[in-house]
Amino acid sequence: MNKPLRRIALFCGLLVLALLIRDNWLQYVKADELRTHEKNRRVLIERYAQERGDIIVDGKTITGSERTTGSDFAYKRTYKNGEMWAPVTGYASQAYGATQIESLEDGILTGNDDRLFFRRTLDMVTGKKKEGGNVVTTLNGAAQKAAFEGLGNKKGAVAAIDPSTGAILALASTPSYDPSVFAGNSKDDEKAWTSLESDKNKPLLNRALRETYPPGSTFKVVTAAAALEHGLYTDPDEKTESPLPWTMPDTRTELKNEGSYPSCKDGSLREALRISCNTVFGKIGSDLGKEKMLETAEQFGFNEEQFVPVRATASNFPKEMDRPQTALSSIGQFETAATPLQMAMVASAIANDGRLMEPYMISELKSPGLDTIERHSPRELSRPLTGENAQKLQDLMETVVKSGTGTSAQIPGATVGGKTGTAQHGIDNSEKPYAWFLSYAKTADGSPVAVAVVVEDSDAHREDISGGGLAAPIAKNVMQAVLNGSK
Amino acid sequence: MSSTTHTSTIGAIGAPSRRNTELGLLVFAVLIPIFAYANVGLAIDGTMPTGMIGYGLGLGLLAAVGHLVVRKFAPYADPLLLPLATLLNGLGLVLIWRLDQSQRLQQLQKNAFGAFNPAAPNQLMYSAVGIALFVGVLLLLKDHRILQRFTYISMVAAMILLLLPLVPGLGTDVFGAKIWIRIGGFSIQPGEFAKIVIAVFFAGYLMVKRDALALASRRFMGLYLPRGRDLGPILVIWAVSLLILVFENDLGTSLLFFGMFVVMLYVATERTSWIVIGLLMSAVGAVAVASTAGHVQARVDAWLDPFGCYTTSGACEQIGQSIMAFGSGGVLGTGLGQGNSDLIGFAANADFIFATVGEELGLAGVMAFLVIYGLIIERGVRTALAARDPFGKLFAAGLSGAFALQIFVVAGGVMGLIPLTGMTMPWLAAGGSSVIANWALIAILIRISDTARRPAPAAPASPDAEMTQVVRP
Repeated sequence: MNKPLRRIALFCGLLVLALLIRDNWLQYVKADELRTHEKNRRVLIERYAQERGDIIVDGKTITGSERTTGSDFAYKRTYKNGEMWAPVTGYASQAYGATQIESLEDGILTGNDDRLFFRRTLDMVTGKKKEGGNVVTTLNGAAQKAAFEGLGNKKGAVAAIDPSTGAILALASTPSYDPSVFAGNSKDDEKAWTSLESDKNKPLLNRALRETYPPGSTFKVVTAAAALEHGLYTDPDEKTESPLPWTMPDTRTELKNEGSYPSCKDGSLREALRISCNTVFGKIGSDLGKEKMLETAEQFGFNEEQFVPVRATASNFPKEMDRPQTALSSIGQFETAATPLQMAMVASAIANDGRLMEPYMISELKSPGLDTIERHSPRELSRPLTGENAQKLQDLMETVVKSGTGTSAQIPGATVGGKTGTAQHGIDNSEKPYAWFLSYAKTADGSPVAVAVVVEDSDAHREDISGGGLAAPIAKNVMQAVLNGSK
Repeated sequence: MSSTTHTSTIGAIGAPSRRNTELGLLVFAVLIPIFAYANVGLAIDGTMPTGMIGYGLGLGLLAAVGHLVVRKFAPYADPLLLPLATLLNGLGLVLIWRLDQSQRLQQLQKNAFGAFNPAAPNQLMYSAVGIALFVGVLLLLKDHRILQRFTYISMVAAMILLLLPLVPGLGTDVFGAKIWIRIGGFSIQPGEFAKIVIAVFFAGYLMVKRDALALASRRFMGLYLPRGRDLGPILVIWAVSLLILVFENDLGTSLLFFGMFVVMLYVATERTSWIVIGLLMSAVGAVAVASTAGHVQARVDAWLDPFGCYTTSGACEQIGQSIMAFGSGGVLGTGLGQGNSDLIGFAANADFIFATVGEELGLAGVMAFLVIYGLIIERGVRTALAARDPFGKLFAAGLSGAFALQIFVVAGGVMGLIPLTGMTMPWLAAGGSSVIANWALIAILIRISDTARRPAPAAPASPDAEMTQVVRP
């Protein structure tokens, strides 16, 4: 009986071996995957086990932590002026997860990041409690406030950038939400979350980064840049070959202007931008052709997701289109769609003499001991137009504010360049249009701010919705706030 | 009969008793759990736990009693079995006590039953009863061969034990599996005891029938096929296993009994064909039941993709939580008292206690535990090899084989290697039946190994015996 017994012994050994191998698979090979699994509550427990690090604006915290009882989460996230800052911070909710900075920099905020390993080990040895690090943002409190309050009860978004570095100064979206109300995991939090989620005005949507709107006439600055850059016209005051009325190529459809503007006929770039001639820019786009338009649009950042580091939706400039569609796309219609961030990037590239800086909103990551772990250094993303052409375009945009559609954005003591837009949308343009304004302000030391504003207001009268009327005053206040701060 | 004294691995001449080795190991087996106990207390409250002295004394006392009884009544027994079992029992108590401290489990119990009852004090009491049974077995069972007389009584007893949970009013349904009976205030899992009793029957039965089963067979495709009437017993066991599976919803117990029988049949007959037939029959049975019984079906689904049905099925959530506990432990674990394995919920200190080992002691700890279990199994098989009588051989082989299957089925279940079954990790899991029955199992192995290792009584001078020594390859 001993031969089978030895085999049985071997068999039992194999059973134990199988368990050992399985265990190595689970606890070594798959360990990280399981440790950070979305269903693993330990991730949340860990996240809220100690006071979470803070998100900082202008040297002050805009977040906090609160001790909680009655659950396995020790602390709960709190927000100061949460509605205003939600598009920046995102949320960290015990029940509904985390988004944006709260999610992307979770490692720093909880203190679990690998770069804090040494410190963590030291704390463990000295018996100190683990702490989270801080995330310092580039935002400007005054500009954010101006943007948020400017939007007020209207639906819309604002993005403001420092053109010389790409630092995001304001990022507002309305209607907004207060992330504090569902930061916990109680019944009240659930109620607040459900009502936010089912709200038809979509308060949880970050319109500044995640919503694309037809840019309408504001896109004409991109078309103007393409015309200058590809040498179609070199002098802003030179007459263009623009018949009025103008029939789009391959069609019998006339492209119309918004109103009667006889000076659009053969109007110079300056005149065409000042009064926003659809005919002139439609024809420029059509003359340049889709390849050249696409090239310039993509240099400005279209058709590419941006990571600031929060992901911003890719703005769209169509790749497949015929000639009339190219004409329409060049005046910001057809399938052209842009995020407010994208249009702020366009304004910032022009204001920065043709250099597009990569937009970012986290300037520094700090350890719990306030040492800097990582500092962002500005990076050039592309050069959509030469310095000379950029200055020509600045000149054109300044005319718009001086004596064109954007006069309401004038700021005494600073040079402002801008472009209005009133983007129609919906089937047969049946819905109320979006009011756009993109602009930059310049002082003797260069341009500290470029801003894009979009207002989608369903309450205003159709005639009142225009970039100059609704959006420009908001842009003006944001620029003013930045200028006041930098004085 | 192929076994004679000469084929034993441990020779008959002057084997040392190794009782002092056992004592030395026992000291470690008591000290390690006490250290672990202090570790839990320091991790959770930052102070030495108050019950530590009482607990240490209790465990030490049990170990001392066990050792003294072995020294007196089974002096030649295997020196590893008692310390290994003591270590597992001690660490099991620590793990259960650790889970008693969990706020989450306390709240869960309060919500469900209105009050929280710590499991560790009961477990210590069950351990004492287990040691008492251990002592009782060693005192009363002077020679394991006495059990041969109870072959058929064992069969009846085992059947009654197995079917008790099906008696209305007596059996209780715990999470779908009907393997419990409730007498007075106590829940008993009769299957744990049946495991030992039925091994007596198998050993006795096979010892008698082995020649018929081994020799009277036809050769077919390289396999020796048994005669139809010899297939009878295996068919009966198979049917009973399936009945347990279907009516008690317990894959584990059914697998254990059938597996044990096949192992013992193979050892008794040395015919590989039995293994093949056994595997085929369990495959057929398992597939047939899995595709018809909803309870088994749910467990198979949970095994295949625990996260796919995580939010919809309790079975999936349990397995998912268990696997995540293992994964979260990583290589070194979080340290005792610092994990969140209590997220598993009610069964955290019972069927799923191994997940706590996984999370808090890590890969290193789990491998250590598996090696300890592996050592017990191999000491058991070694005892079977050394045993001089066929009954003892079969009995020890059956017990160790069943033990090995149980470890595989439970640990494999909580680690997601195989579908989960309703069995418990010997000595670790909270629950009296398991602890008591496994102490009895160790007592029997110790008794058999004592008989096997005991120097043979001087053989009467027989001129034949001296000349006919056979040297086997």
